[in-house]
Amino acid sequence: MSGDAATKVGFLVGADTTDTTPAAEATGQGGRRRGREPRAVRAPGRRGRGPAGSGGLGSWAPRGAYVLFAVALLAFPRLVGTPTDARQWAEWLCYAIVAVGLDIAWGYGGMLALGQGLFFGLGAYAMAMHLSLEQVPDGSLPSFMSLYSDNTELPLIWRPFQSFWITVIAAVAVPAVVAMLLGLLVFKRRIRGPYFALLTQATAVIFALVLIGNLKLTAGFNGLTGFSTIFGRNKYAPETNSWLYDLAAVALLVVLGVAMIVVRSRFGKLLQATRDSEDRVRFLGYDPAVVKTIGFVIAAAMAGAAGAIAAPVFGIVSPGQFDYAPSILMICWVAVGGRGKLWGAVLGALLVNWTRVTVSDARPDDWQYLQGALFVVILAFAPGGFAGMISSGWQRATAKVRPRPSGHALELEEVPA
Amino acid sequence: MIWGNVQTILNNLYIGITLASIFLLVGLGLTFTFGQMGVINMAHGEFIMAGAYVPYVLQTTFMEQFKGMAVLAALPIAFVVAGLMGVVLERVLLRRMRSRPLDTLLVTFGVSLILQQLAKDLFSANNKDVVTPSFLRGKWDVLGVSLTHTRLFVLLVVVVSVAGVWAFMTLSPAGRRMRAVMQNRDLASVSGLPTSRVDAITFFLGSALAGVAGVAVSLIGPIGTATGNAYILSAFLVVIVGGLGKLRGAVAAAVLLGVLNAYIEHFTSSTIGKAAVFAFVILFLQVRPNGIVTFRTRGLTA
Repeated sequence: MSGDAATKVGFLVGADTTDTTPAAEATGQGGRRRGREPRAVRAPGRRGRGPAGSGGLGSWAPRGAYVLFAVALLAFPRLVGTPTDARQWAEWLCYAIVAVGLDIAWGYGGMLALGQGLFFGLGAYAMAMHLSLEQVPDGSLPSFMSLYSDNTELPLIWRPFQSFWITVIAAVAVPAVVAMLLGLLVFKRRIRGPYFALLTQATAVIFALVLIGNLKLTAGFNGLTGFSTIFGRNKYAPETNSWLYDLAAVALLVVLGVAMIVVRSRFGKLLQATRDSEDRVRFLGYDPAVVKTIGFVIAAAMAGAAGAIAAPVFGIVSPGQFDYAPSILMICWVAVGGRGKLWGAVLGALLVNWTRVTVSDARPDDWQYLQGALFVVILAFAPGGFAGMISSGWQRATAKVRPRPSGHALELEEVPA
Repeated sequence: MIWGNVQTILNNLYIGITLASIFLLVGLGLTFTFGQMGVINMAHGEFIMAGAYVPYVLQTTFMEQFKGMAVLAALPIAFVVAGLMGVVLERVLLRRMRSRPLDTLLVTFGVSLILQQLAKDLFSANNKDVVTPSFLRGKWDVLGVSLTHTRLFVLLVVVVSVAGVWAFMTLSPAGRRMRAVMQNRDLASVSGLPTSRVDAITFFLGSALAGVAGVAVSLIGPIGTATGNAYILSAFLVVIVGGLGKLRGAVAAAVLLGVLNAYIEHFTSSTIGKAAVFAFVILFLQVRPNGIVTFRTRGLTA
């Protein structure tokens, strides 16, 4: 309402008026930031290793860790796993991909995206449509359609998914485009903080509703299933499980590599600067809406890719998997693992899901208590998650060697709101 | 023919308004905690659930003979029960998170998971029915629209609640303090207001309204552990469209979204109705990003 005038007044008085309004507090841009330099302006997430701003993968430490992780990930099933475990792990690796994307949006960009299920689901449905068509001869309808509708030929929206490559592209591109449109609509109007969170959450709910409502196109509540062959492989063959594991592992490594480059790039710094003080970024001449939209699109594309791989791993794709509750759980993975650290996101996704399966096998009713408690304990008492605890512990341990640690690791109260 | 159309329109108006009244009752509590403290209380839905179980518990235990009275007695009891739950939540968890309002959303979601499972363990996962008191059975036919007594009662409860909240906010010293903290916490604090205690009162009131909403919901349909979920998201949309912490805004937004929802659902389908309302909210925020009624501030981030 008085936004423009207020902007001018605020500008003349100085940037610090930013933080003194009640609305600013209410939207999560609280006054506590006053007088503190945004971290990103100094050395975002580098913790003093090597020169900041060099781009690329940076110093040897993260690169080395990445290579070690890659070797461990690919060797892992060959050393221990049984084929059924491999499928289970493949599922968790898909979740890790979603978590990496979400960490870029939330941990690095400060956007609490509660609707990642939408993007994960779009990717999963794209691939599930392709797999459904794979089960039937060319040109005929997927089996559920003869039950629910009187279609005689394939509906228009299904046709592109006959092609494998179009499916793969769509699984990433459709979520990206949806995220771009949503992001521009929302961020350009400076809708943020809790408003953004609630709107994204609503998108996941609506997505599930639309899927359930369009029975004839999506098989409704039951979802798409019955993929007895996966890209020509027998679903029940043990080799297929190992193959899916390898696929998910390679995808995770690619996504993780891209994410490492992104967060260390100039764009990554801008994203973190936007998280820490959006107005200052605006005064520096950047458009925070564009920065945030790009971050959100990257997260969405990664979730879409994960969904496309998860579809054959699940063997069934149904609306309940992408509703708002699963979407918030994705936040749980990142929160537990440690937001603002890519390895934290991967760790969180694997750890939380391993715990979930272990606990719900033994005592199904108790998992929900544990899950609720995880949210409460981690967010109230250790907002940096495990990664935050580990890295602050590491810094304390190495403090004697480096007398003045130049660390800006996530201190407890410094976590982006 | 024309009469039939008018009847349809009136009928849907009634459906929309009763829907709006529930949205309003749920949203009212949220808008204060959200507006004053920036807290998005995802456990609000579980406070509704708790409120909804109160008449059920009363009817199945010591008020078995007086099922009608139990519903009336449930109103103040649910008010206090849900209010106390809110205060405990605020004192134990949320006050230590003042500087991280967005994280409160996730913490309260965790609390809501725990409360839902607790309800499942206490009351089993099956839905329960609250017996409608005899004085609420029946309906009046006005202009071809059947006004069921339960829904009219719900409407009455909402009107009384809104009037009560309005009176509290504008007439009582505690309400004045609440508005002061909501408008400018720092200024209120340096002026000597005990902001922490005001927060507790706000949270009590906001959560207590959820309890009342729960009793109202229990009259309309069966109640279960997912009762809160059904209303919470719509209520948040009401809060967003209405503007933070504004009673007028919440009322206007609730009526707008409720009636819109009813009409679109009537002419299309339930899913398209919900999607269309959501699209409307996004478009509406393009025009008024801060909702219908906004605080005037000089801030950059307003």
